[in-house]
Order: sequence, then C-alpha cells, then structure tokens
Amino acid sequence: MNEQKNLFEKVWDAHDAGRLSSGRTQLIIGTHLIHEVTSPQAFGMLRDLGLAVRCPHRTFATVDHIVPTNEREEPFSDPLADEMIRELRRNCKDYGITFFDLPSGKQGIVHIVGPELGITQPGTTIACGDSHTSTHGAFGAIAFGIGTTQVRDVLAAQSIAMDKLKVRRINVNGRLSPGVYAKDVILHIIRTLGVKGGIGYAYEYGGEVFDRFTMEERMTVCNMSIEGAARCGYVNPDATTFEYLKGRPYCPSGQEWEEAVSRWSSFASDADCSYDDLVEIDAADIAPTVTWGINPGQAVFINENIPDPEKLSAGERETAREAIAHMALTPGAPIIGTPIDVAFIGSCTNGRLSDLQEAAHYLKGRRVAPGVKAIVVPGSQIVSAIAEKQGLDEIYREAGFEWRGAGCSMCLAMNPDKLVGDQLCASTSNRNFKGRQGSPTGRTMLMSPLMVAAAAVTGEICDAREVFGVETAASQ
Amino acid sequence: MALTKITNITGRGIYLPGDDVDTDRIIPARYLKCVTFDGLGEYAFFDERFDTEGSAKLHPMNEARFGGASILLAGSNFGCGSSREHAPQSLYRYGIRAVLAVSFAEIFFGNSIQLGMPCLTLERQDIEKIAAIIEQNPATPVQIDIAATKITCGGEIFKAGLPEGSRSGLVDGRWDPIAELLENNENVDRVMRALPYMDLRK
Repeated sequence: MNEQKNLFEKVWDAHDAGRLSSGRTQLIIGTHLIHEVTSPQAFGMLRDLGLAVRCPHRTFATVDHIVPTNEREEPFSDPLADEMIRELRRNCKDYGITFFDLPSGKQGIVHIVGPELGITQPGTTIACGDSHTSTHGAFGAIAFGIGTTQVRDVLAAQSIAMDKLKVRRINVNGRLSPGVYAKDVILHIIRTLGVKGGIGYAYEYGGEVFDRFTMEERMTVCNMSIEGAARCGYVNPDATTFEYLKGRPYCPSGQEWEEAVSRWSSFASDADCSYDDLVEIDAADIAPTVTWGINPGQAVFINENIPDPEKLSAGERETAREAIAHMALTPGAPIIGTPIDVAFIGSCTNGRLSDLQEAAHYLKGRRVAPGVKAIVVPGSQIVSAIAEKQGLDEIYREAGFEWRGAGCSMCLAMNPDKLVGDQLCASTSNRNFKGRQGSPTGRTMLMSPLMVAAAAVTGEICDAREVFGVETAASQ
Repeated sequence: MALTKITNITGRGIYLPGDDVDTDRIIPARYLKCVTFDGLGEYAFFDERFDTEGSAKLHPMNEARFGGASILLAGSNFGCGSSREHAPQSLYRYGIRAVLAVSFAEIFFGNSIQLGMPCLTLERQDIEKIAAIIEQNPATPVQIDIAATKITCGGEIFKAGLPEGSRSGLVDGRWDPIAELLENNENVDRVMRALPYMDLRK
C-alpha cells in the first residue's frame, strides 16, 4: 500500500528514536536554539549531573530577550542583564557552542537569526526554550517551544520525550485585499479557531494565499501558532522556500544543494494525505485586524465595534469582562479612534526586513502624532544593517520614531523598553496579555506593522488603508 | 536516577477562577532575570496579588484561610503563552504540588509533569464543585489518586484526566525522562546518522 503522509508525520517518523517505557516517543531534535533566559538553569542541571552537550555543533545561541536596544556596550545599566549574558557566554565557551554574540554582527531575536543564517531548514526538528519557535515551521520544519528541563534533555541527549500531535490543515484561499497582511491572517485564524483551539494540534497552513506568501509572511503566521494553542505550525516547503535559503551561510552549496532540495521536497505533505481536521478560510473575508482584549483571540476587524461582553457566549463572557476592565474600553464603541500612547514595530512576529520596509514606505514624509512615543526595533543585526543601507532608519527617524538596536524589546519588556502605567501600545508583537509589555496596568493592542504606523501618525487606532491611501499595495 | 513515585497527593485546595490564565500572569517577565529557579516562589502571580505600590490585592492567594494550600484549581487553557518553565517552577516553589484544571496549555503541562507536579483535567462542573467545597471549608482535604486518576473531596469522588504516558511516568517514578533518553544512545545515534543535516557522516 502506498501510504500517503503529511509533512508532520514524515518529519516525526524520520526523527523517531523509539518508544520510551512511558509510551512516549523519543524524538530527535536536530537543531537546538538557545538564548539567555531559558538556558542558564539547564546548563546548571547539566553540570549537576556531570553531563556533556551531545551535539554542540547542532546547538546555536544568541542573546535577545534582555539586551537593551538603546545601549549596546557592556556593562549595561542592569547588572542582572549583564549577568545573564556573561552566563550564556561562559556556557557556550565551556561546551563549544556557536554563539551569535553582540559583537558578531549576527545577534538578534533567535527566531529571526535561525532563518536568515539558513540554520532553519525543511524536514528538520527544531526546539528552543521559547514558545515562538513555531516560527521556523514556515520552512516545513517541525519546530516548537520547550521548557528549561527539556532544554537540558536536548543538550544532553539531543532528544525529548513527546507525544505525537494531531494535524489540522488550514486552507486560506482567494486573494487578500490591499492593506491586509500576514499578521491579519493569523489574528483572524486565532479569532476564528480560538486561543485554545489548537491544543493537541500542529497547524499545517496552505492554500493560495500561503502559496503566494513570501517566507517572511509565512514566518509571521507560523510564529503565532502558539497563540492559538498549536505548539507548532508549518507551511510545506516549495520553490519560495528554496529560493530564500539558497546561498545562506548554513545551507549546503554546490552538489550538496541539489541533494538537499530534493530531500527537502520529499518532506512536503503528499497530495492525498489525511489530516485530523480541515479548516477553510476565505481570504476575501479578512480585514485589518486589531485586538481589543487580553488574549490574541480577542480581536475585531478595524471597522467593527468593541464587543459587549454581556452579548458574548457564556464561555467568552468572563474573560471579556476582565479584558474590557483592563483595557478601559467602552463595549459597543468603535475600535477606531481609541487613543494610543506608544507605537512599537518589532518582535519575532514582525521585526523582519519586509515589515520595516512596508511601514517605512508609507511613513515617508509623515510625522508621529504629538505625545506618542514610537520605537522601531529591527529583529536582528543583519536586518538592521540591511535596513540602514536602504535608508529606512532615516525614514523612521524623520517620522519621529526611535531607531533601536536588535532584540525582543517591548514584546515582553525584559529590557528597559517598557510601558509606563496604563499606557496603551499599538504593537506588532504577539501577545496582549495583562502586563506583558512591562507595566502591570499597561495595555496592548496587536496589529500589523502598517496599522501600527497609521496609529503612530494619527495618535489613535485607525484604518491604515484610509490614512495611507493603500490601494495598490502589493497584496497577496 | 531514582525518582519519587508520585502516586497520591493530598492537600488543601485553592481556586483561581478564569480561563486562559497565561504564563505572564503566573510569573511576570521581570522575574525571569535569573540564572537559577531558586526563590521564584514568592513571585507566583505577583501582579495579580499585589498592586504597583506593593499592597496586597483581593486574591485567593492573599487570603489567610487558603494559606498552605498545595492543590491549585483553575479553568481552561491554564498556563497558555510562553514556554517559560519559570511558571510551573514558581508555583512549585510557592508550595503547589498539583494543578487541577478544565484544560492545560501543552508546554505548561509538559513542563509541570517533568518537574513532578501533576496536572489533571476535570470537567468544569467538577472543578466548580470542588471550588465550592473548599470555599465553604478551606480545610477540606483534596485527595488525588494519580494511579486511578481520581479526586476525592468532601466525600465526593471525581474522575480526572491524565494522558497515560504522564500517568505511568508519575506513578512509576519516571516522570523525568532524562535517564532513559540517555540510555537509548545507540538508537539515537542510528537515527541521527540517517539525517544528513546532523552532519555526523564524516
């Protein structure tokens, strides 16, 4: 019998090292990405147990969460941040791990660094002590976040104990309207399937919209799979994937390149494979989307009103009440016109070159509204260098944005970039949890880079298509 | 490594109502600036328990009658968001030994099991029933029989859910898989050699 398999099953089977006595699978992790926040305790455990790192050459480190974006020289003003960087540096040195450190020119958010260096490849398994590891699924990898004890497992045994996931295929067919981006697609998917809809699933994204998407757009979608509770999300590798990877430092070249492409292609889901669930979404139904609440599923289209919790289903009501109270919004009022205090463009969701280019294109000649603090944080030093070569930094500065160094920054505010008090931030990041951006009473609204740019120049949540006259934006 | 067999857990309960409680709430990111997990217990649910001035807010964890509780009860999708193990570590170090919820986010669930803090699912009505019992009398013991995946509280018995791999791991003292992962070295080597990107052929 000719067994048809989806990509998840193929990659899983190729990395299956057998059944553990608990019945779980010992899954080989081919690529291990580490950073300063979730790895130090794992190295501590390794030392306590007297264990070595199994495959240092398959382990790659960078520093992203705690690096300040406005001071790039150590010592930083925060001694704890210093200690964490030093600890990672020591661990990488002791165990022979490649570290894309601050002076390397390759430092950045781990989920931006992996793809841009070609470390992220199709048909591989990738783990990192960070839930947004799902980003790497854009290349047809099975990539997911793990806890620190599992970081220890991967360091020591290059494998983890795991139960197989089910696979839900999500098709987005048709054409997105101008001004509608990958960010809107994933916010819409999460809103539709719910923030717990993905428990137990890997999401396979496909359909015409994904076929046309660039790698950076695919990464934006896969990045937020975890916000819909799917531990990983992926897109099947295709010509777009291979074209992106060709010539990247960690990718094979010459004869080996051809072999790699042929092997990578073989991991794509077979035409007649089966899925545990199938969801169809019409691209034409998606409009620019903004979150109004305290989880990424609490979102509306820009022309919709803020929901009234009392009119929602019993299951949604309590969280919605809490959200409305925290966000200090008026139920039933339009979301348009909500005043903002801060605009943030960056993060592993939307801190790539195309994100910075798209917003800059429309910001040219515009000014950030008085009283709004606007910052743009490139996702990596490489993104930053290319953007600066293209003059994007000047466009942002002239518009009144602060142009910063690479890091996670205000996505989770482990560095000095934080909201103050109950400031409201229009943000391209991935989580609008209470307190996420550094102030317990701070408020976050998630949206695409263009929508943040529009909010920055008008000082309020608005429809970027109207503000910027977006009509011909090269849309998918 | 011989691990404790986790078969029964008995303790007082504490109920934190609400769904989609995320790991940023369980432990705010500013407390992740550390190189060990020691001392994280005091930061569990910090911003839910204290206002920005540091004064205690109205929160079950601030109520003396729930002091010493070791069984946490919660809603659905508990522990969603970040993969930070600091979240279950802070709960464990606060004194929590098991979590009962309608459902769990997967990374949180895996992290908790791997540190020996069982997470069991119950029907929402059962969570609410147990919550009502402990509200009435916080001293009522909540007894968890891991092997039978059964909860006893206030004379009532509730059926709980726990995937078999996690259940047997806890009961047999194999909830931390590291020893077994290392033992299987030969198989690991064989699988890795068949993966060209692992670069082990040379």
